[in-house]
This record gives sequence, C-alpha cells and structure tokens, in this order.
Amino acid sequence: MDVYLDNLTMEFQDIKAVDRLSTTIKDGQLVSLLGPSGCGKSTTLMLLAGLYKPTSGDIYFGEQNVTKLDAEKREIGMVFQNYALYPHLSVLKNIMFPLRMQKVPKKEAKERAIEMAELVQIGHLIDRKPGQLSGGQQQRVAIARALVKKPKLLLLDEPLSNLDARLRLEMREEIRRIQQEVGITAIFVTHDQEEALSISDRVMLMKNGILQQDSPPQDMYRNPINSFTASFLGNPPINFIKVTKTDQQGKYKIMNSSQLIHLAKDIDMGQIQLGLRPENIYITNKEDALMTGEVVHLETIGRDTLIRVKIDDVTIRALIDPATDIHVGERCHIGIKQEHIRYFNIENGANLERGNSHDGQANMEKHA
Amino acid sequence: MVKSALSRTTIYILLSLGAVLMLLPFVWMISTSLKAPNEVMAMPPVWVPSEWKFENFTEALKVAPFDRYFINSVIVTIVSTIGELITTILAAYAFSRIQFFGRDIAFAVLLGTMMVPSEVLLIPNFVTLSNLGWIDTYSALIVPWTASVFAIFLLRQYFLGIPKELSFAAKVDGCSEFKFLWYVMAPLAKPALITVELLKVINSWNAFLWPIIVTNSQELRTLPVGLSAFTTEAGIKYELLMAASSMVIFPMLILFFIMQKYIVAGVARTGLKG
Repeated sequence: MDVYLDNLTMEFQDIKAVDRLSTTIKDGQLVSLLGPSGCGKSTTLMLLAGLYKPTSGDIYFGEQNVTKLDAEKREIGMVFQNYALYPHLSVLKNIMFPLRMQKVPKKEAKERAIEMAELVQIGHLIDRKPGQLSGGQQQRVAIARALVKKPKLLLLDEPLSNLDARLRLEMREEIRRIQQEVGITAIFVTHDQEEALSISDRVMLMKNGILQQDSPPQDMYRNPINSFTASFLGNPPINFIKVTKTDQQGKYKIMNSSQLIHLAKDIDMGQIQLGLRPENIYITNKEDALMTGEVVHLETIGRDTLIRVKIDDVTIRALIDPATDIHVGERCHIGIKQEHIRYFNIENGANLERGNSHDGQANMEKHA
Repeated sequence: MVKSALSRTTIYILLSLGAVLMLLPFVWMISTSLKAPNEVMAMPPVWVPSEWKFENFTEALKVAPFDRYFINSVIVTIVSTIGELITTILAAYAFSRIQFFGRDIAFAVLLGTMMVPSEVLLIPNFVTLSNLGWIDTYSALIVPWTASVFAIFLLRQYFLGIPKELSFAAKVDGCSEFKFLWYVMAPLAKPALITVELLKVINSWNAFLWPIIVTNSQELRTLPVGLSAFTTEAGIKYELLMAASSMVIFPMLILFFIMQKYIVAGVARTGLKG
C-alpha cells in the first residue's frame, strides 16, 4: 500500500510543527523521518497513526483518505521509544492483545501470536512479564505486537533510542530483516543520521516542520540539497568554508585568511560557501594543495585518524590515512578532488549545483 | 557496630512500647468481655477474669437483633464499596486522561471539598436526603458514600504516573477509551485500588454517626449503631458491650491480617506524592 501525504500541516498554538508536507511512500519501502529534535518528525508519525489530527492537508492510504479516521481504525502497527508494553500482561498476552481487541478467537490469536514471537526470536520468553525482559527483548515484543494483526503500515517512533550502542546496531539490522521478511511499508523516526542512512530505502530530512530533502540515503549524503542537509549528515561533520571571488580566473580567497584557493567550477557569485567532507580530504604536496595550515589536533580512534588543521582563522577537520607521519604543530598541505567540493549559496544555503526544489528525485533527473 | 546495636535496641524498645499502648485497649476489651459484671469496674483493675464467662457472648447476641444488623452492615459495606470503585475509576480517568473544558478547575473544586470537615456537612446532607425522601432507607446509608474525593485524587495521581504511550499503543491496538480503561488502566492500578477500597471497607464497616442520624427503624441499623443497645437508662452493660464489640471487630481483623501489606502501603502512600 502506498502512502500519500498531501500538504500535511499541524499547528500547536502558534507553532507549525509540520508545514505543508507532501510526499509519497511506496509500498514495501522503509522510509526514515530524520531530523533534529523539534523538527516535526514525531508529529508527522503521530499524524500518520491518527493519534493527532492535522490542522490541514490530507493523508491517503492507497486510494482511501484516512485523514479523519481514528487510530484504532487505521490498521497500523506502532512501536514506541519506551516500548509501551502492557506491564500486567505476559509477553504472549501482550502480542495477543491487538487480536483480542479485533475479537479474533482465542485459539487463533494464540497461534498467530506465537508465530509472530518466533519471527522476532522471542518464542522462548512468551510466559514472562515485560519487566523481566531486557530492553532489546522488550523492543522485539513491541515489534511482534505491532505486526501481529498484519497492519498495512508499520510506524516506528525512535525505537532504538533506549538501547545501548551494541544492541542498537543489532536491533537496527533486525528491524530491517523483519520489515523485509514481512514486506510491510514502514516509517521509521530517528534523530540518528547513521541509523537512518543504514536501514532505509529513502530518507526524509526535516527541519522546523519543513521537509528539506527526500531522497535515497547515498544521494542525500553525496548531493545534499542545502547546507543544512550537508551538515546534518556525516560524522565528523562536513567542513564549511566561506570564499570570495577574486579578479583572477578560478581563484577564490578564503574569508578571514589571506590564502587563495583554486576552484575548477566557475560560479557566478561574489561569495560562496564550500562544503568539504572530512573523509575526502587528504595530505598532499605543495603543488596539489588546496590549502596550507597547521595541525592543531590529532586523534586516532580505531582505524581512523582525525586531524584538525588551522588555516588562519578557519579550522578544517580531516580523516586521513593513519599511516601518515604527521604531528601536532607541523604545517601541512591538504587537498581534495575538485568533484568532491560542494558549493552552497551563502545566504539561503542552497546547493548551487542543484535546483532549489524540495523534490530531490525530480531534481536528480534534471541534472542527469 | 556497638552503636548500631544500641540504636537498634532503642528502636525496638520504643516500637514495643508503642505496640503495647496500641494493643492495651484491645486486650482490655477481650478481657472485659469475659468478666462477670462485678469485676468490670473493680479497683484495682482485674486483667484476668477469675471466672471465664463465655456466656457473655451468647447473652450479648440476645439483647438486640444482631443478625439483622450484620446483614445491614454487609449490604451497606459491599454496595458502597462497589459504588465507590466505579465512580472512582471513571472520575480518576476523566480527570487524568480526557481533555475537557474546565477540567482542572472542576478538579480543584473537588479537592477543595476535602478541606471541609465532614461534621460540617452532616446537617446539609441530612436536609438534602430528607428532601429526597430518603431518610430511613438503604439509599441514605449507601448513596452518599459511593463517591470519595480522596479516592479519586489518589487514583488520578496513580493514573498520571502511567505513561501516555501506553494509551497510544492501546489505541493503535484497537482499544476505545473505555476498553483501555478496563483492560489496561484499571488492572495496572490494582494496588492503588485495593488500598483505597480496603480503607473504604473499614470506614464503612465502622461508620456510626451517619447511620444513627439517617435511620430510625431497627431494621436498618448497622452493627456499630446496634452496639448502643447496651446503653440503657439503667447504665451500660460493659461486659456484654465488649463481647459484642469483639464480634463486630472480628471480620475487620481477619481482613487486616490478610491485606496488611496493602493497608500499610495505603497509609504510607497518603503521605507521599502519587
């Protein structure tokens, strides 16, 4: 079942939590709603669930307009951050609960619940109470409960936030596996960019209630529609430097610095903001260098070496080859391939190599 | 180590003193109920009767129709407790989970009534009931006690502590408000409900002032009222009164021993938030 959102808007008093959100979620896809806290992603999920009613706009499940339909009639399953299991019921009874509410006969409900418990690999725990389970196990129960009534749509509200790092990784893969196995359309809310990029078919990035970009994860990472998207994705975050055009062809001056850098692309603008991903930057020789500066910080975490290079008043983060012989206090030349440089409008943050539309995929086709 | 042993001893001594003080009247009641009339008022006090007069108990039951009083007490206690259970659950749910106009003001007014001493309300309540024509009926004994602001307050606080996501989850799972209340909230609030209703049973069983005000006929008297039958112009037959009192208290004692955990929790909880 496809899900269409048409100019969905939700206002709380004077705050627009969701602002004219329009998109299509294709059948069987797992889509992430990503954004900083307060961006409207959870509100969007509540609207989809029918737990909130929108101020304006419409929601369609397939052909059916469900905007005014109550949550209990929408045939959705939902998983919450704090699991929201019924503490007084056993695991089995928790999973059976939605079926019992649908008046499914007890025997059939039990069979289906056990089958679902097996799918999420908690078949051996069905007689326990939720309080006797670990966080990861509780979340599995919550997923089983959400899926047992065969909903048309699965909604997950930050389902991994309460788990520890290792478990989060494991459950993230589990959610993807279960979603694929059941073949259900799923919407996954998270503030963790890594989570969103790793498990979704598509990512919808929101800020202040407005959908910023709606595209497949890799496309969003490589071709951010604006500087917000660029800065939200990636760890360590993308480096931004502001440059001013000079009289010399292809030469730009770094703001707050006397250095000139060479850009292959000619942008018809006085000032622009450049985005450089730390992993694209490398140490090089003087001829190839984009900039030259002093290493002010160096740390090695596992297989990565992160350095900070100070170019006058500008600091650049770079992930470099750990074998590089370099020390804090030394001067170094850093380079980047020209095609890895992103250009942003300094005022509105728009990616100058893309249009300025919200529809990422339509844009991609134009550029191809 | 020495210090803690010392303080522990002190604590036990103080607690034991308290326990003795609390038990003394009770022991006196039992002892009096088994005395001959001449030993009741004897000086110095007689603790152990010289002759164990068990016949006091059968004698006491003959003074008034205690079987009738017992049935009345049971009816009043059970019906008013069930009534209170229903009103409490519904009201607490409304005040904690449903948004409606003037909700918080209405709740504040309700809480305000807790500050009015109950004695002040005796006369207005009596007037109301007599206008309704309910004086000397079961309705008068029961209906005014089927709602308790304290119980609503306690349960509302308990409900507020139950995470909101649970109601979201239940809605998504296909629950209406009422089903959610019935299948999720009420079972979750079981400890609080048991506590509240136990206190209710005890109060209802022991109620004296209200039944004596609103009933005139023998057939509607409850046990505590019935005990006044031992007070006559000729004086009070203490040994019979104490025998009857022991019997009246007995069901509550059993209840207390079974439900001790909840009663203690209830008393402790009233001093705490939620």
